[in-house]
Amino acid sequence: MNSTNQTAPGTAVKLAVENVSKTFRMRHGIVHALDNVTLRIHEGEFVCIVGPSGCGKTTLLNIIAGLETPDTGRVLADGKPVTGAGSDRLVLFQEPALFPWLDVMGNVMFGLKLKPNLNNKERRDVAEFYLRLVGLEKFMHANIHELSGGMKQRVALARALAPNPRVLLMDEPFGSLDALTREQLYGDLQAIWQKRPKTIIFVTHNAREAACLGDRVVLLSARPGRVREQFQIQLPRPRDINSVEVAKHSVEIIHALKPHLTTDIESAAE
Amino acid sequence: MKRWLQCILFFGALAGVWEWLVRAGVWPPTIVPAPSEVFRYLVDSVADGTLLGATWVTVRRLVLGYVFGFALGHPIGILIARFRFFKDTIGLLALGLQSLPSICWAPLALLWFGQTETAMFFIVIMGSVWSIMLATDAGVRHVPPIYRWAAMTMGSRGLHLWAKVILPAALPFIVSGMKQGWAFAWRSLMAAEIYVTILTGFGLGHLLHYGRELHAMDTVLGIMLVIIMVGLATDKLLFAPVERFIHRRWGTARA
Repeated sequence: MNSTNQTAPGTAVKLAVENVSKTFRMRHGIVHALDNVTLRIHEGEFVCIVGPSGCGKTTLLNIIAGLETPDTGRVLADGKPVTGAGSDRLVLFQEPALFPWLDVMGNVMFGLKLKPNLNNKERRDVAEFYLRLVGLEKFMHANIHELSGGMKQRVALARALAPNPRVLLMDEPFGSLDALTREQLYGDLQAIWQKRPKTIIFVTHNAREAACLGDRVVLLSARPGRVREQFQIQLPRPRDINSVEVAKHSVEIIHALKPHLTTDIESAAE
Repeated sequence: MKRWLQCILFFGALAGVWEWLVRAGVWPPTIVPAPSEVFRYLVDSVADGTLLGATWVTVRRLVLGYVFGFALGHPIGILIARFRFFKDTIGLLALGLQSLPSICWAPLALLWFGQTETAMFFIVIMGSVWSIMLATDAGVRHVPPIYRWAAMTMGSRGLHLWAKVILPAALPFIVSGMKQGWAFAWRSLMAAEIYVTILTGFGLGHLLHYGRELHAMDTVLGIMLVIIMVGLATDKLLFAPVERFIHRRWGTARA
């Protein structure tokens, strides 16, 4: 597949979102979630999608994952149209979505058990590695209801990272964490991404988070979501969220974001 | 330890007061036999084999019918949850028949199958199958979609998704439906055994019935005690471990 490549010349297009639109029929009317969104995401790229809340970021992510279908347009993964969910596009949801009938280890093992090329010993080792990474190795045999909200989200992160998916779709995964844990995980996520290259789409409403993590930041407008602007962040990694360079980029994004915060409210309320 | 002691003291006192009331002549022994009489009956009937035989007949009917009811009700419950067609047809039928006490099937069952094991089997199935079916349906329907989604993006689909995600997620519902089905089946079987003479085997209900006919109140009370024990034992052996698992994992309040 050919494409104009603006970020990492020579690498293939991993995900192509082509003219995707989506409307929802709700009780109080029709909500235009996405309007003609087109995006190309390259193999190994870390893309952050930023936009005001309710702009359809989550819907876009679900469509890329194959969990929802667009009204018009399509998504290509490795050049093939996406028709459903699959382990090549793993999603880390906004809520932890951990399985209460399994303990912490059982949850992290879930995706690993679906990988036939590993034996059980390897699976356990991988699971333990990621639990250590999120600092929960002591809670391996804990039940899900015994964990705090932040701990649950960290288990969910370990569960998502453990099968080493080619594409990881993250939907505001750190929103419920305390600032310290979050900052630590920014570092860990970058380290893992560099060690185990994968394509990441990271949805957030936090411009600073986006500037810290992304190779590219895509700005969506308020409902209906449209791609408004894109920013290349060419800073060396690992990046520190508190660094001046990240702050500079984040200020730029926030300035671009502001005019979109209040638009289209009338149309959303229709 | 303290709780055990309390328990033993309570039931000891209960039996003691009862025994005293009979011996003192407050209650006539022909109407309310003393606990010691009931105990003597139990020992004698265990010794001559009638009690264990009858218990075996009853428990076998119950277990066979219940296992069959589950094997039938559980998969159909999944179909009802999965396909609208089944919901609008068998689902509706199940809803209607669940409200019918299954002892109401006894006249038809006798007509169809005669005074046989099959009639008893049929009544037990009718008692358990609808509850299990509807509970499975409700359980599957109440599984939060996010579990399904999370599993699907990790590569789970088809049979794996059902076996490893949907059914485990529905477990609390399914178990409570199984308990209800068990209770219905047990009650119906007792009613049927008291009400109908079955030629192929003497169950606990029949012993109770003949105890009344012979005005042997020690038999009646003794059998009632055994029926209570069978009910308690199944709860403790069959359901309590699963419920403990659910309480531990889901963190729901202890029953």
